[in-house]
Amino acid sequence: MLQLPRWRVILVIVVAIFAAFTTAPNLLPPSARAMIPPFLPHSPMNLGLDLQGGSHLLLEIDTSGLERGQVDSLRQQVGSALREAQPQILRSAPTAAGGVVTTKLNNPADLQRAMQALRPIARNPDGGDDLITFTSQPDGTITARYTPVALQQSARRAADQSIKVIRSRIDPNGTSEVSIVRQGDDRIVVQAPGVSDPEELKQRIGKTALMTFNLVPTNVQITDPSRPPPGTFIAGPYPGVGNTAALVESHPQFTGEHLTRARVSTDGQTGQIVIAFQLDATGTRLFCRISREHTGDQFAILLDNQVLTAPRINEPICGGSGQISGSFDAKSASDLVLMLNAGALPAPLTVIEQRTVDATLGRDAIESGSKATIYASIAVVVFMALAYGLFGLMAILALIVNMGMIIGAMSIGGATLTLPGIAGLVLTIGMAVDANVLIYERMREEQRHGRSAAMSIDAGFARAMVTIIDSHLTQFLAALILFQFGEGPVKGFAWTLSIGCITSVITATFVTQTLVAIWFRLTRPKHLPI
Amino acid sequence: MAWPLIKLMPEKTNFKFVRFAFFAAFLSIVAVTGSFVSMFTGGFRDNPIEVFQHAQGDPLARLGAVMGRGFNLGIDFRGGTLLEITAPQSIDGGAIKHALSGLNFGDVEVQGVSGRQADGLFHTMVQFQTPGNNPNAVIESVKQHVQTVVPGVQFSRVEAVSGKVSEELFGNGLIALGLAILLMLIYIAFRFEFQFGMGAVFALFHDTILTLGLFSVLRLEFTLTIIAALLTIIGYSMNDTVVVFDRLRENLKKYKRMSLADVIDLSTNETLSRTMITSLTALLSAIALWTVGGETLRGFAIAMTFGIVIGTYSSIYVAAPAILLWHSRRGRGPNQETAPAVVEGAR
Repeated sequence: MLQLPRWRVILVIVVAIFAAFTTAPNLLPPSARAMIPPFLPHSPMNLGLDLQGGSHLLLEIDTSGLERGQVDSLRQQVGSALREAQPQILRSAPTAAGGVVTTKLNNPADLQRAMQALRPIARNPDGGDDLITFTSQPDGTITARYTPVALQQSARRAADQSIKVIRSRIDPNGTSEVSIVRQGDDRIVVQAPGVSDPEELKQRIGKTALMTFNLVPTNVQITDPSRPPPGTFIAGPYPGVGNTAALVESHPQFTGEHLTRARVSTDGQTGQIVIAFQLDATGTRLFCRISREHTGDQFAILLDNQVLTAPRINEPICGGSGQISGSFDAKSASDLVLMLNAGALPAPLTVIEQRTVDATLGRDAIESGSKATIYASIAVVVFMALAYGLFGLMAILALIVNMGMIIGAMSIGGATLTLPGIAGLVLTIGMAVDANVLIYERMREEQRHGRSAAMSIDAGFARAMVTIIDSHLTQFLAALILFQFGEGPVKGFAWTLSIGCITSVITATFVTQTLVAIWFRLTRPKHLPI
Repeated sequence: MAWPLIKLMPEKTNFKFVRFAFFAAFLSIVAVTGSFVSMFTGGFRDNPIEVFQHAQGDPLARLGAVMGRGFNLGIDFRGGTLLEITAPQSIDGGAIKHALSGLNFGDVEVQGVSGRQADGLFHTMVQFQTPGNNPNAVIESVKQHVQTVVPGVQFSRVEAVSGKVSEELFGNGLIALGLAILLMLIYIAFRFEFQFGMGAVFALFHDTILTLGLFSVLRLEFTLTIIAALLTIIGYSMNDTVVVFDRLRENLKKYKRMSLADVIDLSTNETLSRTMITSLTALLSAIALWTVGGETLRGFAIAMTFGIVIGTYSSIYVAAPAILLWHSRRGRGPNQETAPAVVEGAR
């Protein structure tokens, strides 16, 4: 233990320097931070919304509405599968109620054939288990329902899709620091730093938007932009994506619910970037009719009544797929595809939790948190120096490195510091010296039992190690559960507590051990001043 | 080097913890029972049977209502809205209450933070229930009413939690606490012996219930961070217990002929100095948080301070002596009087 391999000294120095450099950005004012050379870490810790001010919203997707829509589509699928079977299977019109689609075959003998015809509907396009379970009764009744997994998947898909929509609504340019993430299957967390009025945010998120296809009327001259002709209105360009305004018919020909998929593609002949899209069965029929009637006319694709693009219908489109040509580049085309695919919110959202803190209150929290950190540090430092003298000072050095490591690790690891996180830091100051105390108390004991200074040091470290690992692992376990349980501020607490748990073991053993070994070499004491 | 080292403990202590443990057990049982009674009676304020009879819904929901009154639940766990308002002059809580009483949505709680805060402003918390799906209308009208009675008011914090979320948070909190205790049991049983695990779990229940009891009796606001504090207390108390257990394991091997009770006493005495010093440094931190850490963390700091004291007590008087309740290899030794002699002989 008391040998002092050079690598260990170097490692301790490297760790200390690393901690100093990763911590430094947190201590410097922003102006000084700008002068840090680019090869050094220069990002301070992320501050939680409770410290920097901002709004936190928890949104929930109305899954019941989503499910109703799905069950209705299942009803149609069941009907058409049985109708299109060869020869046709006669049955009562399928009904949907309580999440279950029911139909009754006219002839129960068809049951096996019917189940076969329905088989493809159940299949999961992504592979894996069936999405729908069919059950049949001898009298020819067939019921179909989505499996819980399928419902869960669709809720999750709806949440992911909603996230895209919400982002396009509250952060169309991708410039603000809003974070929007899914939580669980059907919830979305929106965190907007600096936004102290969540009402505006909620309005922008919650407004119902729908993608529509509106015709641009021909032979209409706009004489006065403020007074468009009856039955029409002027739609402005959609922020960030659209580049034209258009006069459109108020009544949409077609709504976005029929669009199944859009993607970026290139025109086979011209090589121009286009957007290819696909429609569902109803949409195909409808679009075929509209495009035949209006070949050569211009229409506009609107989102939230703002123009995404206003292409011309070049030919009747009856295949259920088509392409939109326009003046897009790759970037705007992919943006547009995102919007088309995302369309409107797939289901209504409710705000189920909302927390807003204004920046002043956040600053106060930082201030009192810092004060608590300083007071706790002073108290612990004084106490350790009084209790263990020189060894106490070594423990204090280890504690300083420890704090540096925690803050440094949080800075480069992208962890978020919250007010409870500061509390965790303060508690860590008091608890981190525990490992040192364990070692020192053991040394005292060994020395009391008549061991030499060197042997006492050796035994102190060796025997305390087992205890340190055991006792810190339990604390670490508790911190891990906090991670699982907590969200937001509490998670910040879990961060500082768990990182502090690891670093205090490292510094108390490794750093202190090296310091003690150096001291021992220099002084060769007969007796430990402890 | 002559540094006036302050030794908290004499070099060698020889307290008979185990002998005292029966009295300690009695104290603990009284305190735990008291905590439970407080949780069921709204901090000794109401009659649980009456509350149960007047509550709505099935028996489980009624029991929930009884328990709910046991604590001063914050909006995290009860649902509702919290406004933190600030004003340059002192805020008249009664006037706010009066202004809001006309709105007719149940209890309004107004709690002032005493004195001018660091930002030079006066702070007051206003809590009220916002049932239904759209709390915004209620919140807006409350804000307007508050504006009329408190000139120059600012709304520094607005938190609204729906009943659904608060129920989940409450459930998750209980699960997290249970899970933490279970994990500790498994860890200790795995690293030590099952009896040790049971002793540790005894201590953890003891600490958790007493801290809950404190919050129930004093009507301190029970929020999410209190659950975080409870989990930290579990971790801390466990840390303390493990240190004693580690020494116990070591000594059980070393002094094979000593009775279990004596080995427990010896181990607790040997680790006593460390236990005290660590508790003290941890306490210093917790007290710093309590005194200057600001209003938001006060509840948390109170829970931690109390928990550290209780956790230290429990690792000495609950965890180790509880091992005696389960029969171990040795049982209680017949020769308690001669035990210290064995200790001396071993040195």
